[in-house]
Amino acid sequence: MSLGPYASFIVTSYALVAAIVLILIGWIALDYRHQKERLRELEASGVARRSGRQATEI
Amino acid sequence: MTLIDLANPSKFLALTARVLPWLAGATAILLLVGLYQAAVAPDDYQQGATVKIMFIHVPNAWLSMFVWGVMSIAALGTLVWRHPLADVAAKAAAPIGAAFTFLALVTGSLWGRPMWGTYWEWDARLTSVLILFLMYLGLMALWRAVEDPSRAARAAAVLTLVGAINLPIIKFSVDWWNTLHQPASVMRMGGPSLDNAFLIPLLVMAVGFSLLFMTLHLAAMRNEILRRRVRSLQMMQASQQAA
Repeated sequence: MSLGPYASFIVTSYALVAAIVLILIGWIALDYRHQKERLRELEASGVARRSGRQATEI
Repeated sequence: MTLIDLANPSKFLALTARVLPWLAGATAILLLVGLYQAAVAPDDYQQGATVKIMFIHVPNAWLSMFVWGVMSIAALGTLVWRHPLADVAAKAAAPIGAAFTFLALVTGSLWGRPMWGTYWEWDARLTSVLILFLMYLGLMALWRAVEDPSRAARAAAVLTLVGAINLPIIKFSVDWWNTLHQPASVMRMGGPSLDNAFLIPLLVMAVGFSLLFMTLHLAAMRNEILRRRVRSLQMMQASQQAA
């Protein structure tokens, strides 16, 4: 597959899209872990939900 | 499970846990197939291999508008029906929409330089998409700036609906004004003007990116629900400590 004289523009475009999508996925995954961790800490400190269920329970 | 059941965050979280792995798998498969088709697609007779940028630029451009459309429906849900998940949906979608808009702008620039001879032109299409990107950033700043979530939700919903005026301007900018940007070649009267060699990979990538949005959006909504649960538990903890 030859990308011709403008290969750098094509490769940069695809690389940038891949990088931003990976950053989005990573950010959302880290945020999920962070929220679960905060809920675990609150649960450990004895705070309970109004429903009586555990903080980390769905 | 009916739609009304999803108003319950716990039921929504349970559904998300079941659906997310399948959605992520389908997204990965479609994007891989789309990337392969994009790689083996022939060169355009005028643009050469730079036509390959279309397979990522166009889906991102479509999604930049689609996400604002989703947020506008969610804004109606906040203001009219006061649906408990409407603001969660809008807030979770904004950074993803901003990312798609940023990618549409940058890949458009990288496509424009070899084809038009310039990275940027202050014409109607490019400027209206830049305004869309700035509106995403403004909306995200608004959610962060207002501490009370219900006040932030109402203000953001109003701003989202006002911003929706920009969507038809973006769509029809190439028809209403003289622009460097080409007119619509897929969603137009008389059907697509693209050859199937380009149209099929483009549609596969568009569906793949749409599934990517759905996957990321559901995951981000799940995070936002957990963040609000953390906030309410912290407030309960603070009131218990004060009592």
